[in-house]
Parts: sequence; C-alpha cells; structure tokens
Amino acid sequence: MAMLEIKNLHVKVDGKQILNGLNLTVGKGEVHAIMGPNGSGKSTLAYVMAGKAGYEATDGAILLDGENVLEMQPDERAAKGVFLAFQYPMEIPGVATMTFLRTALNAQRKQRGEAELSTPDFLKLVRDAAGKLEINMDMLRRGVNVGFSGGEKKRNEILQMALLQPRLCVLDETDSGLDIDALKIVSDGVNRLRSPDRSMVVITHYQRLLDHIVPDVVHVLSKGRIVKTGGKELAHELEASGYAQFQDDAA
Amino acid sequence: MKAELRTVKTAAELSLAESYAAAKPKLPGDGKVVALREAAFKRFDAQGLPHRRVEAWKYTDLRAMMREAKPLAGLPDAAAKARAKTAGSLLADMDARRLMFVDGVFVPELSDLAKLETGLEIRPLAQSLASGDPLLATHLGRVVPSDGDPAVTLNTALMSDGAVIRVAAGATVERPIHLVFVATAEKPVSIFTRSLAVVEKGARVMLVESHEGAAGVEHQINTALELVIGEGAHADHVKIIGGDSSMVHVSTLMAAIGARARYNDFSYTTGGSVVRNQLFLRFDGEGTLANIRGATLLKGSQHADVTMVADHAAGGCQCREVFKTVLDDKSRGVFQGKIIVRQGSQKTDAKMMTNSLLLSDEAEANQKPELEIFADDVQCGHGATSGALDENLKFYLMARGIPEKEAETLLVQAFVGDAIEGVEHAGLRDALMDDVVAWLKARGT
Repeated sequence: MAMLEIKNLHVKVDGKQILNGLNLTVGKGEVHAIMGPNGSGKSTLAYVMAGKAGYEATDGAILLDGENVLEMQPDERAAKGVFLAFQYPMEIPGVATMTFLRTALNAQRKQRGEAELSTPDFLKLVRDAAGKLEINMDMLRRGVNVGFSGGEKKRNEILQMALLQPRLCVLDETDSGLDIDALKIVSDGVNRLRSPDRSMVVITHYQRLLDHIVPDVVHVLSKGRIVKTGGKELAHELEASGYAQFQDDAA
Repeated sequence: MKAELRTVKTAAELSLAESYAAAKPKLPGDGKVVALREAAFKRFDAQGLPHRRVEAWKYTDLRAMMREAKPLAGLPDAAAKARAKTAGSLLADMDARRLMFVDGVFVPELSDLAKLETGLEIRPLAQSLASGDPLLATHLGRVVPSDGDPAVTLNTALMSDGAVIRVAAGATVERPIHLVFVATAEKPVSIFTRSLAVVEKGARVMLVESHEGAAGVEHQINTALELVIGEGAHADHVKIIGGDSSMVHVSTLMAAIGARARYNDFSYTTGGSVVRNQLFLRFDGEGTLANIRGATLLKGSQHADVTMVADHAAGGCQCREVFKTVLDDKSRGVFQGKIIVRQGSQKTDAKMMTNSLLLSDEAEANQKPELEIFADDVQCGHGATSGALDENLKFYLMARGIPEKEAETLLVQAFVGDAIEGVEHAGLRDALMDDVVAWLKARGT
C-alpha cells in the first residue's frame, strides 16, 4: 500500500478554487518532488496536508496509510506522522525553542500512548540533532525563531523534523532564502532522514534543491493538478524549458 | 454663591458619610491627623464617588459599580485570624518577611518582626498615627499629591492601619518584605488601609503587597501606599491582587523617585470583581532607571482598570512601561497611561506599551495611552494593541503535534511572560508564571 494517496483533491481558499482534482501517490520510502510555477497550488497542497484552517477540501481525500487525514486536527495529523517544513517558519517570542520542542515531542508521544521523555534523554536527543545541523544550544534557549536568519529558521525546521521523526515529510520551498552553504546543510539534514519507512514530498520552484535532495519521482503541478510525472531528469528539462508549456497544456 | 451642581447623593455616598461620622472619634490619630482626615473627607464629599463623566474614571464608573457602601470592618476575631493563615500562599516559597493585615488590622502574632535587618524599621500605621510618628508628619499625604483623587481622599479620611516602613540610608534589606492584606469577614465590609515606605539614599529593598478576599463576599477594599525612594536607592515594588475573590478593590500607589535611583514596579491582577489599580509616579531627580510593568488576567465578568501617571518632573530618566492584559469571557480590561514630561525635563526617555489579548468575542479592552510633553529634547513613545491569538502561530504549534488548548496556553504564557520577565526576583517570577499556568489550566476545564 502506498504511504500517501491523494485522490481527486479539490481545495478552495477564500472561495477560490486552487486545487482541481489533484491525484498523487507516494510509496513508502520514496521522495517525490512537486514543481510548478507561482500560483499553481504548491503551497496550498502543503497547507491542506497539514490541516491549516481556511484551506477547505471540497472533494477528494488525503490518505495516509489508508486513513483519511482531512477530518483530523493539525495536531492529530502530526501525531500520525505528518510533518510540514514551513516556507516561512513562524517567530514566537516568549516561547523558548527548547520548551517548544519538548512540548511538541511529548504531546505527540502522549497522543500515541507513549511515555514522556526524561529530561536527560531529551537533552541528548536535541544536542545530537542540533550538532549535525550546526545549530548551537544557545540559539535554542531563545524564543522560537526569534532573531534567527532565514537559513537558521530553515535549519530549525529540519531540526524539528529530525526530533519528531515523522513518517511523511512535506517540505514547502525549503530552499527559498537559502545561500549555497545553508542549502547544503539543510539538504544533508534532509538526506540523513531518508529511510525506507519515511516518505517525502519536496515542493520547490527551482531545480537546484533537487541536485541536493535527489527525488525518485518529479511531478509538475499546474492550475491545481498534476500535469506531468517523470524521473529526476524532468527537473532538468524544466530548468531548461520553463513552465510555460504546462501552463498552456492545462489551460 | 456658587450653585451646587451635585444634587442627589447616592445610597453609597450617604452611608460613607455616616460611616465616617460614626468612626471619626475612634480612628487613630491626634489633632493633626484629625484635621487631615477632615479635610480629605470634605474633599471627597464635595465630589462624591467618581463616575463616567469624570475623565480619569471614564471606564470605571465606581458610582454605578458601588450601589451601596459596606459597613467598616470590625476587629478580626480568632476565627478571622485562623482563616487568614493561608493568605499570601502564592508567594509561600519565597523567603519573605511577612506582615499580616487581617480585615485591615495589623496582626502581630501572624507577622514576623523578629531580627529586623540593620537600618530597617517597621511599625503599624495605627500606632504611628496615635504616637505622632515624625515620619508620617513629613510624608503622609505629601509624597505625590493626587489632586483630590476620590479614592485617595476617601482613603485618607478612613485609613485605619497599614505598615510604616523606613529603610535607613545605605541599608540593604536582602529579604523581601511581604505585606499580606486579607479580608476574611464573612459578611461584606469596607476596609481602608494605608502604608508608607521611605527608602532613604542608597538603600535597597523589595516590597511586595498581596491583596485577597474570600470567594463570593463583596468586600470593598481601598488601599494606598506612599513610597519615597531616595537618591541612588534601589527599590522593587510588587502588587498582587489575586485569589478567588469578589471584592471591589481600589488600590493606589504614590511614588516619588529621587535621582540616580532604580525602581521596578510590577502589578499582577487576577482577582476581584471590580479592580482599579492606580499608579502615580513622579521622577524628582535625574539619571533614574525605572521599569513599570503589569499583567492582568480576567475571566467571567471581572473588570480591572490600571491607571498610571508618570510625571517626569526632572529630566534624564529612563522609564519603560509594559502592561499586558488577557481577557476571557465577558471581562473588561482598562489601561490608561499618561506620561508627563515637564518643561526643562530634557533627555527624558520614556516608552509605554500596552497590549490586550482577547480570548473571547465578548471581552472588551479599553486602552488610553497619553503623552503630555513640554520639553523639546526627549524620546517618548507609546503603543497600544489589542487582538486575538495569532491563528498562524497557533497553526504552527499544532502542526508540530501540540493540541489546540496547549498551544493557546503556550502563546498566552508567552504574551504575559514578556511582562513577568521584568520581575528581578527569580522565585517571585517563577511563582507568578506558575500562577499564570494555573489560571490558564482552570480556563480549559
């Protein structure tokens, strides 16, 4: 069974139809890239998977291991293993990153009926994961993402992903705002999390991220539906020819 | 002859006049104090209880909110003192010198006056009034003239007891002094307490006041503190109006702050059905650093008003004011803040911020920040915001697996924590944060 199966998904935002019957199947352990021009519905797809309010699915289903997540609250989806790495991570002054990470981790464990982590175990986990992403512990004592550069925020997203160990990772334009060095740190972080039990949906406008996180399958999204599917070479084709042809096709 | 504009007195005003007339002969104090009380009551009586057409009381119409005045509290009996023992428990873990006032009366057997630090003097106000304490003669009613504020004039007329504290020049009092005011009477009563603290040149002290009443009993509390902070002194003042209480509580702080001093003030309000917390501050000398902060958390139909006037009578002081209000259900929060910079008070650096967080569609926030600036080389500013919790932040937390209620709790904690972080005493800071968490937990059920 596929880990993720999106069937005939229709989504409205502010009364406007954004996704028009999107179908997508991602097998266990696979990395799929979703590419597409601005306004094609990429971020909408990311948000509707995570359960953001205001993203109304009018038809279709999102099945994670055969279970429709559309009826679930965002926190229930997270506990089931859905993780969205935000394009623009939020700053939360007054909530220390450590408190945030610990609350999130324990909330998910609780929902799954697991015991809370002890303080030493938690600290060790964070220290190891943060070290690999070149995040120093002082940063984690500050408010969530407060005073972080764009690159630091993205690294913090990947840190959360590493700690929460989701089954399905959705990366929304994780490359935006990153310089080459930061892109490498973030991509290495993502690649370390690739595993036969974990699937990923990598949403990006540019092919350059896919040089680092090499996908198994590439899809082109246009006007709210998948219009072409291919191997990783499709990303290079797009880089050369642009999105114009698909926008015409779908019209 | 001028025409008398006020015609009909309310029932509450009439019974206050009766209470005053009956109590006058028994209230502590000699000739000078009697004259002070008499002048104050006349002033009060001429204007009556403040109402919405009095600009400073626009949002807290005390005349409407106080339909009747409760009788003056009697002396606490043994049962009242026994009930008072649990008061001030929010700060139980803090090693503080506790002074207990039960129904407005100092209770020595529940207080700690042993081994006073060098340079520290503490006396009950009633005793000081009766004995003609020179400290009172110098300061009482003179620290920051409150322009006939009705709450203060009524307090001066009817003050029964309180604390008189002196910290001698250069003395450092490490252990915080905690004034515990608790109303325990089973029937509603009126209580008028007044305190005076003089922190002399270069001295260091932390004063905490906590006020609480019994649940469901509509006590009427009027309390005031006059605070003199000398040159180079370092004073912290914390006021907690808490507990599960239905009291009508009017509190006034009048503080005169000398040159090169450090002053930190924090007000924390969760209790009371109607609360008016007034802060009248005056900066008398240059080079002072002050942090004035507050957090208010209201639910049900609670009403709380913070009214602050910071008067920069001298230049070159830096003052930060941060007030946070969290409003649930049908509660109403009021903040009025005025910064006055007098002509010649150059290089004043004063910034005021007030934020209200509305957790319910029916809650109401009234915020009125004002600047009155007569000097031309100053840095002053104010800001006011009110709004609901940020849905985007909530989604971010929930997307990481944190359930909605817990996400809200974290965000409210962060909102309030911004002000509580300003409390220097770590133990007190933690106790306040714990109380916020408990308040939020109670909300969830």
